Amino acid sequence: MPPRSSFDRRAFLRAAGGLAALGALGACGSNTGRGGGGSGDLTQYFHAYGEEGTQQAIKRYAKAFGKADVRTQWITGSNFESKLFSALLSSDAPDVFEFHPQIQLVKAEQIVPLDDIIEPVKDDFVEADLTSHTMDGKIWGVRMIDDPKFLYYRKSLLDKAGLKPPGTLDELVEASRKLTTDKVKGLFLGNNLVDVARPLIWGSGADLLTEKNEIAYHTDAFAATLGTMRTLFKSGSLLLDAPADYWDPSAFNQGLAAMQWCGMWAMPAMQKAHGDDIGIIPFPQCADAGGPSLINGGWSMFVSAKAKDVDLAKEYVKWLWIDQTEYQEDWALNYGFHIPPRKSIAAKADKLKTGLAAEGVELAGKYGRFDNPHWTQAMITAVEKVIADAVRSGMAPEAALDKCDKTVNRELTSLFG
Amino acid sequence: MSTPTSPRGAPGIRRVRGVRGPTLHFWLFTGPFLVGLVIFVYVPIVWSAWLSFFEARSTVTPSEFVGWDNYVQMLTSGGFVKSLGTFTVFAAIVVPVTWAFSLALALMVNRLRFMRAFFRSVFFLPTACSFVAASLIWKMSIFSGVRFGLMNTVLGWFGVDTIAWLADPHPPWYWLVIVTVRLWLQSGFFMILFLAALQNIPRELYEAAAIDGAKSGWQTFRYITLPQLRATSTAVVLLLLIAAYQAFDEFFNLLPKATWGQPPLVDLYYTALGENQDYGRGSAGAMILTALICAVTLLQGKIMGFGRGDEEYTAKGGK
Repeated sequence: MPPRSSFDRRAFLRAAGGLAALGALGACGSNTGRGGGGSGDLTQYFHAYGEEGTQQAIKRYAKAFGKADVRTQWITGSNFESKLFSALLSSDAPDVFEFHPQIQLVKAEQIVPLDDIIEPVKDDFVEADLTSHTMDGKIWGVRMIDDPKFLYYRKSLLDKAGLKPPGTLDELVEASRKLTTDKVKGLFLGNNLVDVARPLIWGSGADLLTEKNEIAYHTDAFAATLGTMRTLFKSGSLLLDAPADYWDPSAFNQGLAAMQWCGMWAMPAMQKAHGDDIGIIPFPQCADAGGPSLINGGWSMFVSAKAKDVDLAKEYVKWLWIDQTEYQEDWALNYGFHIPPRKSIAAKADKLKTGLAAEGVELAGKYGRFDNPHWTQAMITAVEKVIADAVRSGMAPEAALDKCDKTVNRELTSLFG
Repeated sequence: MSTPTSPRGAPGIRRVRGVRGPTLHFWLFTGPFLVGLVIFVYVPIVWSAWLSFFEARSTVTPSEFVGWDNYVQMLTSGGFVKSLGTFTVFAAIVVPVTWAFSLALALMVNRLRFMRAFFRSVFFLPTACSFVAASLIWKMSIFSGVRFGLMNTVLGWFGVDTIAWLADPHPPWYWLVIVTVRLWLQSGFFMILFLAALQNIPRELYEAAAIDGAKSGWQTFRYITLPQLRATSTAVVLLLLIAAYQAFDEFFNLLPKATWGQPPLVDLYYTALGENQDYGRGSAGAMILTALICAVTLLQGKIMGFGRGDEEYTAKGGK
């Protein structure tokens, strides 16, 4: 055999092998956890709730359905969205899943409308929850729980420092500084601060989008707020790189921070740790034009357009999240605290009628802002990058906002033309 | 090529009966591999190349042709170009540090008179740990930002205030976290390679050097050990570079929601698979990266002669 050709073949295989090694990278991340899958089966996706007993509860409800074998994927880790979005594209898409109302799911035809199952109980849902789930004239998801987030504070620590609960961002910065000792940090807003992005926008008198779906967050007041946040970040009074993030009450419970941004779900755990020594306030006003605000988040159930049996999937959602009010009550009140989106259930929720929980419900009603379904995950990420750039990395707020505008405008164009 | 040629009127009847001999063996042995290669590597590459010219958001079967738009976006939006810089910094730190550290470990273990097997195993063990698990340990316990994090506790003894190792990119402490986790995970493996090479250096060389008056220590290390390790060192550096290029897990887990410290694969992950689900742009980035790798590989082959080694070796008559 002539040596020349042997070289070529070898070189070819070597090159091919190299590419194969690179290709192996692309092979990571194939989805698993699904067996044979008969026709009577459903798969549901949930992000991992932190409260004890939640996973067992979801599985218990699923088992009681009876008409199908419902498998639960309990997705741990902080990137539920990306796992869900990738799965929705694949043939392994979940039949039903929990998420937030976002219009790209509708535009990409990934979910089906649920008007028919909601219609009979429509009047029982909180108006704002129906509005946030209505896109292109149809209702696309069933709200399971409403989750307001507050700024929790230790009354005793504020008293000791001679402070009253901060009403403005400047007061918050000041309080955070004064509350900081060598043992306790003043404030915990999360390890990367991204979750307060929206209260910062609202508090500055701006909004996410206008009625006409144009950028509304890019104002001078919000840029100035970002500057204040940069000062706070560099002040040394923020708790950063804590083992558990803002959505977990650990930092507050262990006394690592005197104030923490967290959801109402964590209230029972916090009360267990600190008793009555807890107060809550909305996120403070950041500019003259703004006011106090808080995120009224939550989770909703959606039916995938790719479900093997869309009717069965809808039936399951109807059965559990419309008909089984007992389970809905259990889910909203027995693990962490959530506000039931159904008026009839909320009316019966005695646990939310006294003390701090009642205060929480009141604050949520007064200052809570619901999801804007036109504010999609790509836009959420873009604003998270503003926090990373302007607050954590020290980029000029205007430059960071300009960068964000590009991404958001691209998304807006692709969604609304 | 001295086989008698068949008459023109009856063209190669025997050849029509199929491949035989060495050719058959070649296809027999490489065939299954090649089939897998085509299905799992070339088809995705071609598909990706096709996707890169389309507006492919939340779909892998797009219909809107956009020409070079995705490429322009990737090269001008900043994130991807920045990620190439991040990779360069990362490789420039982690490759020499790991090389030196694993060589030092190997030299120390090699000098042990007893318990050598024990220490060899102890240093090798971290190789069995996953990058994700190690990243979490680094993030949550060693480099945790709270006052009882290991590093902050140690600094606390000297009166230094707590440091947010990962949250605050100025000063860039995150590099310390990222480089040390990789160092801990990898150096054991490369220590084994160095150890094997060290044990292959003939003792006579050291004896001869001693007779010639070379002092043991730096002198013998510099003029005997290091030159004898050249082949292994080159291989180690190459393997380290490849591993650095594939780095993903520690960056992904240690620096969430950041706009810095993102090597190309993390950047592409966020573009193509994260919230954006933009397969068009992700594919364009992958294509640019592929082109870059091809260019670097060719250049490297020209300069260092990698890949020509075996032919030269045969030409010299082998050993």
